[in-house]
Amino acid sequence: MLVELHKKLKELIELAEYIRDIKGEEFLSIGNICNELTDFYHHFYDYSQEKIISFIQSYEEKLGKILIKAEETLTPYEIVKIVRHPQRFTLLDILENVYDSYMELGGEGELNIDPAVICAKAIITRRVGDEVYFHQVMVIGHEKGHGEEFRRGGSAAPWGNEKALRYMKMAETEGIPIHFYIFTPGAYPIEDYPGAAQQIARNLFYMSKLSVPTISFISEGGSGGAEAIGLTDLRLMAEKGYYSVISPEGAAAIEAKLKDERPPRELVEKMAKALKLTAKDNLQLGTIDRIIPEPPLGARRKDYEFFKRLKYEIIKATDEVVLQTRSLKMLRKYALSKQNFENFSYYVNWELSEDEKEILIENRYEKYRKMTQWAVLEPKSFFKCLAQRGTRLGQSIAYEVKYRVLKSGQKTFKRFFEELASESSLLLKPVSDPIKSVYNLIVGKKIRTKVRMPGEIEEETEVYVSPLALQDRTVTCPQAEKFGCPDLWVPDLYGEFCGVCPNCGYHFPLEYNWYLNNIFDKGSVKTFNDEIASGNPLNFEGYAEKLKAARKETGLNSALLSFEAKIGGISVVAVMLVADFRQGTVGVAEGEKFIRAVEFAKVSRRPFIALVHTTGGIRIHEGTMGVVQMPRCTMAVRDYVDSGGLYIVIYDNNSYAGPVASFLGSAPYQFALKSTRLGFAGPRVILETTGQPVPPDYHSVENALKRGHIQGIWDRRELRKKLFFALLTMGAPNLYYR
Amino acid sequence: MKIDFSHLTQILQRFKAKPYKIYPVLTPHTGKIIEFKIKEGEEVRGPSGKWLEKPGTPLFILEREKNPKLIRAQYNGIAQNIRTDLLNRFVEAGEKVLEIKHPLSQEEIISEVLLNALLVIRAPETARYILSPELGKRLEKEGLGKVSVKEGDELLIMTFMKRETPIFLKERGTYIIYQIYFKPFELVQAGEPLLGLCPVEDLPHLEKIIQRIKAEWSL
Repeated sequence: MLVELHKKLKELIELAEYIRDIKGEEFLSIGNICNELTDFYHHFYDYSQEKIISFIQSYEEKLGKILIKAEETLTPYEIVKIVRHPQRFTLLDILENVYDSYMELGGEGELNIDPAVICAKAIITRRVGDEVYFHQVMVIGHEKGHGEEFRRGGSAAPWGNEKALRYMKMAETEGIPIHFYIFTPGAYPIEDYPGAAQQIARNLFYMSKLSVPTISFISEGGSGGAEAIGLTDLRLMAEKGYYSVISPEGAAAIEAKLKDERPPRELVEKMAKALKLTAKDNLQLGTIDRIIPEPPLGARRKDYEFFKRLKYEIIKATDEVVLQTRSLKMLRKYALSKQNFENFSYYVNWELSEDEKEILIENRYEKYRKMTQWAVLEPKSFFKCLAQRGTRLGQSIAYEVKYRVLKSGQKTFKRFFEELASESSLLLKPVSDPIKSVYNLIVGKKIRTKVRMPGEIEEETEVYVSPLALQDRTVTCPQAEKFGCPDLWVPDLYGEFCGVCPNCGYHFPLEYNWYLNNIFDKGSVKTFNDEIASGNPLNFEGYAEKLKAARKETGLNSALLSFEAKIGGISVVAVMLVADFRQGTVGVAEGEKFIRAVEFAKVSRRPFIALVHTTGGIRIHEGTMGVVQMPRCTMAVRDYVDSGGLYIVIYDNNSYAGPVASFLGSAPYQFALKSTRLGFAGPRVILETTGQPVPPDYHSVENALKRGHIQGIWDRRELRKKLFFALLTMGAPNLYYR
Repeated sequence: MKIDFSHLTQILQRFKAKPYKIYPVLTPHTGKIIEFKIKEGEEVRGPSGKWLEKPGTPLFILEREKNPKLIRAQYNGIAQNIRTDLLNRFVEAGEKVLEIKHPLSQEEIISEVLLNALLVIRAPETARYILSPELGKRLEKEGLGKVSVKEGDELLIMTFMKRETPIFLKERGTYIIYQIYFKPFELVQAGEPLLGLCPVEDLPHLEKIIQRIKAEWSL
């Protein structure tokens, strides 16, 4: 009896301390209650049993009331604190309590590929009446641990994400569903192979066409780290979880433009509110599908009721995803049937047939394509809409006819003749030649004559002059001390030298217009979707004014330009992230424009080029609306590449974070200009997370190449030539299709 | 070879009179000095940090063709003899604008004295070097300042691209290995010191001198 009371008292103390940690000392004098409880605990054996019972009862009541009050006044920042609390449940608790048995793969505890990521084969059971059914699933997620240092708080290292990808592939081979559990404050920002950003991009790229049902559950969704295992068919979220583009502290530091000091508390709390990171907000924004309810102030390690609920929800979610690939009737029937926590009235086989797999992937694409589309700002007049839709349909039909019907017919015809000619060249020549010439007459030799041999590109005769060049002064090359570069006369530097120091090859930043005018054929650049504008979906304070200023300054509506253009006569579809507009950050408008451009390139069968003038990552002012652009755009890229498109990315100046960790980093061909900086997180963030300073050239393009992140380093002076050559060699012979 | 102790005493006297080194700061090119960033007698610092990523103290701004160039300190020390008369005037390239008085530390003086006193074996080529196996073993056992070598003994092995060349002692007499300047298998530029040898008979005297420097400069 006494032992039980002792245990109960201990639990009460834990609860009181938990409330104190979340709500602060002053909240309903919880600090005092804590002290009283611990005092009593120390003198536990001095009291009589009756006294102890009455004491525990009175405090149980007191804490119960406080808990309800605390729940009522919960602020977003307190939710962040709940998620980070060591008493919160972790993935291992879920594996113990939700699944019936499990086997960890890729290491257990400290002996691990990456202790921050857990992969396990697990069995989850479902009761239908008296029957018990077993489902095998793959469980992949972050393990925060209860304060262990080696878990790094659930920050997955690049090889941790690689491990996750490996077991995703394994689950795909075996045809079992994957349950992802996201408990990460963000990815561990180191560049070592396979690279934080590049590995996340690879994960996203692969997950977009994973042919098994995938469910994710978010408790702590820290931006890119969360996305690395977050592109799924159904996204669940814990009621007291947070899902955000950046930690409130990070956002506060950026907003207040602080360098080394800690941001003030009030600002952090304000940011937590403004970022709309709670489950409720995310559901409203449409970035998650469902909320899993939690007890007041969040579930802790021993809330078994919560685990029961979670088990029910996760089975139900998997059922739904599976049934969506079958007929709607079945789904409706399933929804109407009475399920409860203990008992299901239905058994669903989670294995998919080949047809169902295709539907699953289609559904996933649809789901992400629609996500955040409500926030796209587009001038909407009814006729314009109709006309646009009409042109789009017309285009797709025209291109379909041109490439699918005509070209494939042409191709087979051509191949037949080639074979025929080579097999029996001499014998049949007199017969085949007349037919061939007739064929040439009808179809024309257009394709043949259009493609020039590599290296035949003409230099543009009329040279575009950068406005930067219109100054009579000199500048010093930043590497002058090391290489002894002479001072450069500005008109030379920004004119003839293309912003490159002729002595050491240092690349000075140039304005985005330079690329438009110097890489592509004169007058061939035609922008489209210009009217799509960056908006303020979260109503972030002060952001609307900043957008207005950026719009006024640049004359652009968003940071992404999408256009058609020609290089040496080869028409391409291209996008460009522009530094001048909010540092080339990506939000809803940029994501939507990117996807539309990729889709246009796919429909019109053209190579797709992404030029990165600079990108600073995902725009924090758009919160998770920005974050989901990562999976959205990567999906579009995957679709395009799979259908045979040639996708080339060229980095210049600075490229960091989200975009590199998704639609840019997933490109099969990535090149960078010299003096580019490329990476996941900047030096300051790395120092804060890892505690280790990094050398100044940590993000340099040379190191990125050494780590295998890119395919080559180009010189800006040869960019046009190189790009033309790349198009010819990599897209040859017909420049687009396999 | 014997140590020229009179020469050593001269060096020491020079150090005693001027326990610092003076680095002149010259203009890298012609231009106009438009601003001095420091005052006479102020302390300046050279580049610092693990990768020398923190630049040195700004000294002055030299402008040419509307390109103001900030000149920074390359050494730690005290700025002196600043030519404030050059302010807002055109200067030629290589003009001395100020001096950085760099106070010498005990280690710097000792190393300077040793480089003058000892028989220094320098790297004949840019390559990687290791001690000859036998010598290495003896050094590990007995320590620096105890192992003696004779003329014709194998001292080092120069290794580059798997090609190994032994290096022998060519000087007459018996020497003590007093100083090792390189790390095994690290690339050493041609002409850099590898070993410092001291004639056996001069060892007590040299040690006395080193002791004296340590005593005098610790004050």
